[in-house]
Amino acid sequence: MGIKDRQNEQLPVAGNSELTFLTTKVDFVVNWARRNSLWPMPFGTACCAIEMMASAASNFDLARFGMERMSFSPRQADVLICAGRVPYKLAPVLRRTWDQMMQPKWCISMGACASSGGVFDTYSMVQGIDTIVPVDVYVPGCPPRPEGLIYGLMMIQEKIKSESMADHELLRREDPEGAGKPVADSSEVKALTGVFGNSTQQDKFSSLAQTARPGRFKDVLK
Amino acid sequence: MTEGKVSMIEAMVDVFGSAITGSEIQCGDQQVVHVEPSNNLEILTWLKNTEGHDYDLLLDVTAVDYGSVPGVEVVYQLWSITNKKLLRIKCPLPEDSLKIRSVADLWGSANWLEREVFDLFGVQFEGHPDLRRILMPKNYSEGHPLRKDFPLRGRFSREKQTELALKQDYEDYYSPEQLEGFGQRADD
Amino acid sequence: MSVKQTIELPQGNLDSGNMLVNIGPQHPATHGVLRLLCELDGETIVQIDPDIGYLHSSFEKLGEFRTWNQIVPLTDRMDYLAPLMYNCVYVMAVEKLMDLKVTERCKVVRVLCMEMERIFSHLLWLGTTAIDVGAFTPFLYAFQERERIYKLHEAFTGARITTSATRIGGMMADLPEGWTDELRNFVETFPETLDEIDSLLTRNGIHLGRTQDIGTISGSDAVNAGFTGPNLRASGIDYDLRKDRPYYDYETYAFEVPIGKNGDCYDRYLVRMEEMRQSLKILDQALRRLPGGPINVDDPRVSLPSKTDCMNDMESMIHHFKIVTEGVRVPPGDCYFAIEGSKGELGMYVVSDGGEKPVRWRVRPPSFVNLSVLPQLAEGHQVSDLIMINASLDIVLGEIDR
Repeated sequence: MGIKDRQNEQLPVAGNSELTFLTTKVDFVVNWARRNSLWPMPFGTACCAIEMMASAASNFDLARFGMERMSFSPRQADVLICAGRVPYKLAPVLRRTWDQMMQPKWCISMGACASSGGVFDTYSMVQGIDTIVPVDVYVPGCPPRPEGLIYGLMMIQEKIKSESMADHELLRREDPEGAGKPVADSSEVKALTGVFGNSTQQDKFSSLAQTARPGRFKDVLK
Repeated sequence: MTEGKVSMIEAMVDVFGSAITGSEIQCGDQQVVHVEPSNNLEILTWLKNTEGHDYDLLLDVTAVDYGSVPGVEVVYQLWSITNKKLLRIKCPLPEDSLKIRSVADLWGSANWLEREVFDLFGVQFEGHPDLRRILMPKNYSEGHPLRKDFPLRGRFSREKQTELALKQDYEDYYSPEQLEGFGQRADD
Repeated sequence: MSVKQTIELPQGNLDSGNMLVNIGPQHPATHGVLRLLCELDGETIVQIDPDIGYLHSSFEKLGEFRTWNQIVPLTDRMDYLAPLMYNCVYVMAVEKLMDLKVTERCKVVRVLCMEMERIFSHLLWLGTTAIDVGAFTPFLYAFQERERIYKLHEAFTGARITTSATRIGGMMADLPEGWTDELRNFVETFPETLDEIDSLLTRNGIHLGRTQDIGTISGSDAVNAGFTGPNLRASGIDYDLRKDRPYYDYETYAFEVPIGKNGDCYDRYLVRMEEMRQSLKILDQALRRLPGGPINVDDPRVSLPSKTDCMNDMESMIHHFKIVTEGVRVPPGDCYFAIEGSKGELGMYVVSDGGEKPVRWRVRPPSFVNLSVLPQLAEGHQVSDLIMINASLDIVLGEIDR
């Protein structure tokens, strides 16, 4: 689901779908079960991964949310927590891990680097994993405190609470042809990753290094 | 202390003559010696094996692209555990000839350090057993990133970079036969 | 009922070739995004090709586009397990290049920070190494102690991990009230937890079986391969920058440097455990000698004039303006400065041509060179030993890939 789709998609409305008394009760139970037993898949790369480990440890304790069983196999995981910066070399691995997860699945982009590239607007860094995988919750911070990650997980839980089996087709439809391909198309990638704000000022290296001077290296350091 | 350092430079000039193009002391106590790149292997071997110098730990091999002067300067940082001395050796390479001999047979640590200099600067290390990219992806085609003419955000647009990244075969690997074939060993 | 027929085995040879197994980059036990391509003969490793670069964030290139003080926040994202150490070594390198002497108080505060980070980093190493061999409890104990250091970080700098606490010429701010008491409390109560973890692991038969005689390397091989830090000392070589190239009055602190004998994983474990105890000794002495006085040096090249001066005096106003907009200017030259980091010799090589941004900022990452020895160490061992050897090297991918 890219930016364009979200503007035009048909959102589920009660009365339009097959909602009945029975399905809402079933929804209630299924959603309760799903959101209280999420198995996170920690795709931790850098500093945010350490905060994720800290939130799984005793002080902040993800176990009280039913999430202490960190599943390292994507086949058994529900939530992909992408914690840390993702370079282009790692991008296909992230995409493949997401493709290997089975429905229903959600994605949390933890930290500024996963959400938008963070401090690293450079040649090797993906400027936001939402160009590659569809993200449900963004947790900003550098790194976000464990409370921040827990709030993000609680938002996923809220999202699950509001889902309905009647909308299964809409929410869970996945195109097998899309496996391994970026989720955002070219123009969306351009819109999402363009240079903004103060970046243009920080684009110049040392003024003295820019002017060509004939001579030897030793002379530069005099 | 100063006498020890002066006599090392004198000894080096005695043995290597004009290959030593200069020396200085930076920041009060850091000995720097400038050498001709074509003699780097001999000079470094002498520094490692000679009694009284014994630079047995190669701390770092790196390169500097100054921007204002064309070419790249390869820098070696050496430390002697027995004599507790630090030394910096600099070899300037001209833009049209970014080649220098590898010291990977002298010190095992040079293996990966030189691979990194190759990857990020494009300097060819002759005689390196395994010269291939280390930090960038295997078939990275945008160039050598740490050169000053390489823009911060890369040569390709973000859309193209994303597309190329996802087309990568991340299951690709160098088979053992391919690994044998990279570069030549010095004794070949 | 007996089976009378003989099964025809396929002709040709039953010997299979070596198997190529890929570990990582997404793997719980590789301590980061590291890809290890192992050629296995059954369960025994024949050859390993580590593939790194999955976290390459171009720090060194970014450094060329940032002014000298703007690089400080970049430094803590490299080794996120000991951020204050990186903050300190970077500004120490630039200060040496500028020939800038910091105040006495700043020196002792930086020593406190660096030793605290050593314990911080070793605790994470301890927790994750124990998990790799299957012991979950030390991980929880270690992280509980780390929480106390997180609180100290937060009280001093405002952030738990990405501290960015140093500036050229001093620190971002002075220590808050009660910080030294908290640290002293930590120094006094930490040995208890360390003893507890010690009792769980040091004489544990399973741990001994997994770590003794695994990944052995001799002293001279270690030096040739470029090992530094606890890995080198476990092989018997006495090289510690705090003793051999002392900085910030380390020669006046009384502490010992643990040296191992065999160079196997168990010795590396013992060296790091003892280093934590020695760091506590240094912290104790530094806390005793913490002097008063200003924390930032009063040098016109780096310090901002006070607000009152700026409001009353044109020259101060212009000086303040120039330092803030242009940044600090560093005289031309180059400097390689290294400290004894928690993982090994952590060096920074800064090259300046007199401008407001560096020409080259090179980090000499100890884990990069330590990891390059892994193929040598793991040859002939089994796959499960490979995990242990990898853990005992104490690598952090952020600084390897930069």
